[in-house]
Amino acid sequence: MARPMTITEKIFAAHAGLEEVVPGQLIECDLDLVLANDVTAPIAIREFGRIGTERVWDSAKIALVPDHYTPNKDIKSAEQAKIVREFARAQGITHYYEIGCMGVEHALLPEQGVVGAGDVIIGADSHTCTYGALGAFATGVGSTDAAVGMATGRAWFKVPESLKFVIDGELRPGVGAKDLILHIIGMIGVDGALYQAMEFTGSTIAALGMAGRMTICNMAIEAGGKSGIIAVDDVTREYMTGRTERPWTEYHSDPDAVYARVYEIDAADIVPTVAFPHLPSNTRPASEARDITIDQVVVGSCTNGRYEDMAEAAAVIKGHTVHPNVRMIVIPATQQVYRDMMHTGLTDIFLDAGAAVSTPTCGPCLGGHMGILAAGERAVATTNRNFVGRMGDPTSEVYLTGPAVAAASAVLGRIGLPEDMDGGEHR
Amino acid sequence: MKFTGTAHRYGRDIDTDVIIPARYLNTSDPDELALHCMEDLDAAFVSNVRPGDILVAEENFGCGSSREHAPIAIKHSGVSVVIAKSFARIFYRNAINTGLPIMESPEAVDAISGGDVVTVDADTGIITNATTGAVFTAQPFPPFIKEIIESGGLVERTKGSLPGRV
Repeated sequence: MARPMTITEKIFAAHAGLEEVVPGQLIECDLDLVLANDVTAPIAIREFGRIGTERVWDSAKIALVPDHYTPNKDIKSAEQAKIVREFARAQGITHYYEIGCMGVEHALLPEQGVVGAGDVIIGADSHTCTYGALGAFATGVGSTDAAVGMATGRAWFKVPESLKFVIDGELRPGVGAKDLILHIIGMIGVDGALYQAMEFTGSTIAALGMAGRMTICNMAIEAGGKSGIIAVDDVTREYMTGRTERPWTEYHSDPDAVYARVYEIDAADIVPTVAFPHLPSNTRPASEARDITIDQVVVGSCTNGRYEDMAEAAAVIKGHTVHPNVRMIVIPATQQVYRDMMHTGLTDIFLDAGAAVSTPTCGPCLGGHMGILAAGERAVATTNRNFVGRMGDPTSEVYLTGPAVAAASAVLGRIGLPEDMDGGEHR
Repeated sequence: MKFTGTAHRYGRDIDTDVIIPARYLNTSDPDELALHCMEDLDAAFVSNVRPGDILVAEENFGCGSSREHAPIAIKHSGVSVVIAKSFARIFYRNAINTGLPIMESPEAVDAISGGDVVTVDADTGIITNATTGAVFTAQPFPPFIKEIIESGGLVERTKGSLPGRV
């Protein structure tokens, strides 16, 4: 009988061919998927070339998603994307996504059924931790790890300690998954989960849909976490059924599994939250940020670019107009989200309000393109980082929020809440 | 391996966006990346850094994105070793995998000021502040990590292990 283990330890043990693992143990694991994008894949491909093997380990278990600087921002990024495209063709990579089917990787791969419960996934992108929402172990790595993963189907890991976050109760009206994860990062700091797996559980998590769960696991890295994870339940099963292309495996933490720390959070204590520059942990209640005037609002990204996020923003902005001093940029994370927004009328709501609606791209989230800030400008963004210079000039500022506060702020011309808006049809 | 250089001292949570801003990630050329190393935190860094210099920072160095461009930019700017109180985990992996020497020593970081001349023996973990005479020992690497470092990085280690892999 193996020792009691957390969900993360069980996934690792299964992929390392061991009966049990303990935190701190160094292991080599079989991988289910290796991911890279147009920024990280070119270096991974260069390193792959140095390993001395001709072919990738499994052309169906590698995902290459050119999403950061695409559609190509300039000649240099076009050259980077070309390296990825040519490699994908030469290797017959099944999950290569060209413009027209490309989406922001961490919204796209779950949507397309490329990731599933029980997987071990490495991605040369820090927000790879998003897939923990499906009950997988998924973590960000660099290009060299991705290169070796592409060649061998294996990677080395230090089994992390786990932190357990038990969130119980009903979220207040107007409070969403983004507020919850910002609340947690504000509580434990940007290295509060350094090297550790963040396991989220409790009735609040159980009541969340997959989009909200992905928002939460997506930002585990902003607390320094190695991964975020939520065990499979009926919500997960319903999402994966008919979608996930490989058979999945469900793991659950043993009741007596050992955690480095357990945090108990009352959902009623969470309010609409803003992370002020220049760290995601620099959080304050949105109600205390009402004097911050803004120049731009971005709704999108791997954190909040899913249909549910678009619907949340649209519900607030419906019947209102974007403030004359604000540029509002709405970026559906995938082609499917884009299409669904058109069919359900969300695109019209944004266009009527005076927002720009873009093709999928990471774009402004990382200061790549499609909405770069000038010196001294301020943006409210549903993205994940607000580091110095993240969205443009080093003197510009990014305030992180959920979609509802972002939409209200676009109308108000300052950071604000939906209830601060006059008239219209908002909640 | 021994390194001697002048310390460039920074604070905590130095993120990969200030180590190498994303606006330069449309290239993966190491020398081009090095020209913009630390640009948004310390615009003078690139003109001040000399080959062999040592980067010293507090907790959570390299937090944020997975961009390997960060250790590449640091290495190609001439920095020989990074000493920090702690490293963000992706940066830690990337540094080990790409052969950028890193050392963890909160005590040494507290006792090094910008401009001090520092000597590091990467094999023994001994860090000497030549300016003040203070000596410290960094956290040793686990044997497995040491094996990657001694192989010359993860690609070199993988080359050696490929034929025998299961």
